[in-house]
Amino acid sequence: MRRSQAVLVSLFLGVSMVLGSFMDAGMAYRHIESAVAEKVALVAALKLTDLALFTEARYTRHLSQADRHSAFQDHPLALEHFPSGSLVLPPGSLRKRNEL
Amino acid sequence: MALFVMKTFVNRHLYLIEFTLSSLLRFRGKNFSLLVVYTLVIFLLASVMLFSNALRHEASLVLAQSPEMIVQRMVAGRHDLLPADYLDKASGIRGVKQVSGRLWGYHYDPIIRANYTIMVDADRQLADGEIVIGAGIARVRGLQQGDYLGLHDHQARTMSFQVAGILDSDSELVSADLFLINASTYRAFFGLAQDVYTDMVLSVRNPREYTTIAEKIIQRLPDTRPILRDEILRTYDAIFAWRQGIVFVILMMAVLAFVIFAWDKASGLSAQERKEIGILKATGWETADVIRMKFWEGFLISVSAFILGYLFAYVHVFYADAALFEPVLKGWAILYPRFSPLPVIDALQIATLFFFSVFPYVLATIIPIWRVATTDPDAVMR
Repeated sequence: MRRSQAVLVSLFLGVSMVLGSFMDAGMAYRHIESAVAEKVALVAALKLTDLALFTEARYTRHLSQADRHSAFQDHPLALEHFPSGSLVLPPGSLRKRNEL
Repeated sequence: MALFVMKTFVNRHLYLIEFTLSSLLRFRGKNFSLLVVYTLVIFLLASVMLFSNALRHEASLVLAQSPEMIVQRMVAGRHDLLPADYLDKASGIRGVKQVSGRLWGYHYDPIIRANYTIMVDADRQLADGEIVIGAGIARVRGLQQGDYLGLHDHQARTMSFQVAGILDSDSELVSADLFLINASTYRAFFGLAQDVYTDMVLSVRNPREYTTIAEKIIQRLPDTRPILRDEILRTYDAIFAWRQGIVFVILMMAVLAFVIFAWDKASGLSAQERKEIGILKATGWETADVIRMKFWEGFLISVSAFILGYLFAYVHVFYADAALFEPVLKGWAILYPRFSPLPVIDALQIATLFFFSVFPYVLATIIPIWRVATTDPDAVMR
């Protein structure tokens, strides 16, 4: 096989692997469907509102429940000091009111 | 005839690729480092895209079952306890199907320096002093079912809890820091009166009336703030949307790196590359052939970088649980959920990434070549 043919075959294999990743994801999703359903049931039963992704501060733990003052909880000039505070945006409810 | 034309076309391109490979191998150090940097840029972009899309999908799926409407009481701009009679006032509003009070709060555990979300779970019928904890707490505190855990209550007295159960570790993304107890233990622990709740949740008969009922609640209970399920979903949709927040910052950095990259390529050719083109033209190559050869050069590098970058990102996000992002998301938090991102890929997003990473590079390779290749070979070689 010529070098050029080998390269084209490798590219073809690479593209097949990229497309295969979609199939792999689809199959993996089917495996965890029941776990997702359990999570959904837990959220419904406990009336949960947020993901437990950022547990360091209350306004990032329960992001959707935060109020305008929670980021300045210590005093009005307190600067944001939790790292996750810089990753997240203000909750949708507060932004909506700003738009009105 | 058509077969012959086709065969000639394919052979011509195979020879061009052959030549391009020799040319790339002649500068193997430079081209290999280019491929590595290019792959890293695509890896970063694709990882962020795959991870944020998986989280966004999971948030929209899971939080679609969050309460339809939550009503908080606000005092001096802060969330405050809600008197029990507010529940009666809200249930009197036409269209409201059910109202219930929620009891939840936070407790800082100085031993592991982590915040727990303490919540009342009425359905589980836990006895006084019994708790059900999230898998995150169990892991960090080393607790198992039947173990005891002591925490200081609101008067700094030690209160002992027995672990009656541990929530499934598959649900850590929503439950890692949960600490479920019954209502009387909750009130005793935090010193709360019987007639207050943290907030209340409402279910509404007709989903089209959410906004109307929210307005009625504000009229009837002016010191409250209703939060709709739709707003919760929008909050999470915005965080993980790739055009907003941190994702956008990372995206911009990677795009900037790529622009510098492409600019360096497009802004000019090295003397050696010019000389090479001059020689090719002097030996009878047509301008179109030179451009085709350079097209293959750009195409082979950029497509290889895309394939490698994307595949590494796929393995990183879905097989290594996005381990590189953990320190960023963790911040100062001790309790961080162990979770595997949902294997969901947005094909359009990947197609966009392909378009914006491969095409500009190929163009940036061809344009300066086209400028040189159209000039006289003698002038180019001098």
